[in-house]
Amino acid sequence: MSKKAVALISGGLDSMLAAKLIQQQGIEVVGINFFTGFCVEGHTHAIRNRTGTRPKRNNALWVAEQLGIKLHIIDVVEEYKNVVINPRHGYGANLNPCLDCKIFMIHKAHDWIAQHGFDFIITGEVNGQRPKSQLRRFMPLVAEESGALDLLVRPLCAKNLLPTRPEREGWVDREQLRDFSGRSRKPQMALAAEFGFEDYAQPAGGCCFLTDRSYSVKLQDLWDNRGRREYELDDIMLLKVGRHIRPSRDFKLIIAREEGETRYLSGYRRQFQTIKTVSHGGPLALIEGAQLDQQQLELACAITARFSQGRDAESVEMEFSDHQQATHSVHVKPLRADQINPEWVIL
Amino acid sequence: MGNPVNDIVELDARRLLCPMPVIRLQDCIKQLPADARVRITCTDPGTLHDIPTWCRLNGHRVLTTTEQQDDYIFLVHKDADGS
Repeated sequence: MSKKAVALISGGLDSMLAAKLIQQQGIEVVGINFFTGFCVEGHTHAIRNRTGTRPKRNNALWVAEQLGIKLHIIDVVEEYKNVVINPRHGYGANLNPCLDCKIFMIHKAHDWIAQHGFDFIITGEVNGQRPKSQLRRFMPLVAEESGALDLLVRPLCAKNLLPTRPEREGWVDREQLRDFSGRSRKPQMALAAEFGFEDYAQPAGGCCFLTDRSYSVKLQDLWDNRGRREYELDDIMLLKVGRHIRPSRDFKLIIAREEGETRYLSGYRRQFQTIKTVSHGGPLALIEGAQLDQQQLELACAITARFSQGRDAESVEMEFSDHQQATHSVHVKPLRADQINPEWVIL
Repeated sequence: MGNPVNDIVELDARRLLCPMPVIRLQDCIKQLPADARVRITCTDPGTLHDIPTWCRLNGHRVLTTTEQQDDYIFLVHKDADGS
């Protein structure tokens, strides 16, 4: 009986090649892609100004279309919180729990194949390509802790590893798999050329905001100021947008950097106190925190006005909207650049 | 009670960024019988690419795509052999 495999499709080149190597052996392949909330995929592009740019494609969908396979996109936002907040194997250089993330995703894929009558799992991992999560010594650990055991096939580096059950039982021909290792992308690029893939997302791996230092600093700041390590989807989406400025522990400003971000942030007007510039062109700012007192409000307005077209004016009119959407005007002199304490800026 | 085949199921995916609108559509369609129709309203311009692509991959059809101010509205038909 023909066998069926599920491929973890990130949208990058490696998972695309891995799926293709198995697909060309006549095995039915279906893709799955996990949405954690931290995916770089498309978000920042969608938030930014839409004029003059072609909408960015979702690379996982695009890869699936190139391969001619179905793709299931699975929302794991809630379950993934525990991976980010309590990683058993710790973090990488930033708040990226890469090893735990890999174990989590393969565990989910293993559940999926059990529920859907599939036989094994494919990933685009290459031993030695990433610090920690793809080190050869951790590969057996990922297979074991995920529960996938020897139903996990890594076609790009399979020949460097012990044969898995699909290889031992002849479901797949091990000889057609590869022995890639290390950080060089040349073997992948050569294989892509062999398959006729000319257009693919590069570089692989930059797909998670948690590997980004600036993003991780903002997430840590959010946890520190709330006094607890937790988040909702809106929190982690907002960390991708705007300038984040915290003049005190009591409140943080999220100030749009351009029109697209203003449009995006305006969708949160009912959930936050907001400031917008009335007398000049300027950004929308969300205020995260408790109700501001008068002094805090004037400071928040003066900071926001700094990023408006009235930055050099003697007085700028701002409109403040509180949690109940009641509005009133505030006239401020914008802060000069040297009046914004660098320690307020979270980056 | 409405008939899900004749009625159009409405989905509001405004403010959601890709791939969330696709996930909403996917999860909704999974629950519906063949020939059901779903109208999904989105604001992320990425949906102009992603929703038709997802439909093509999974065997469904986008019947119409409409732009109204900042909204992108897709009318999707669930085909019998889709998933």
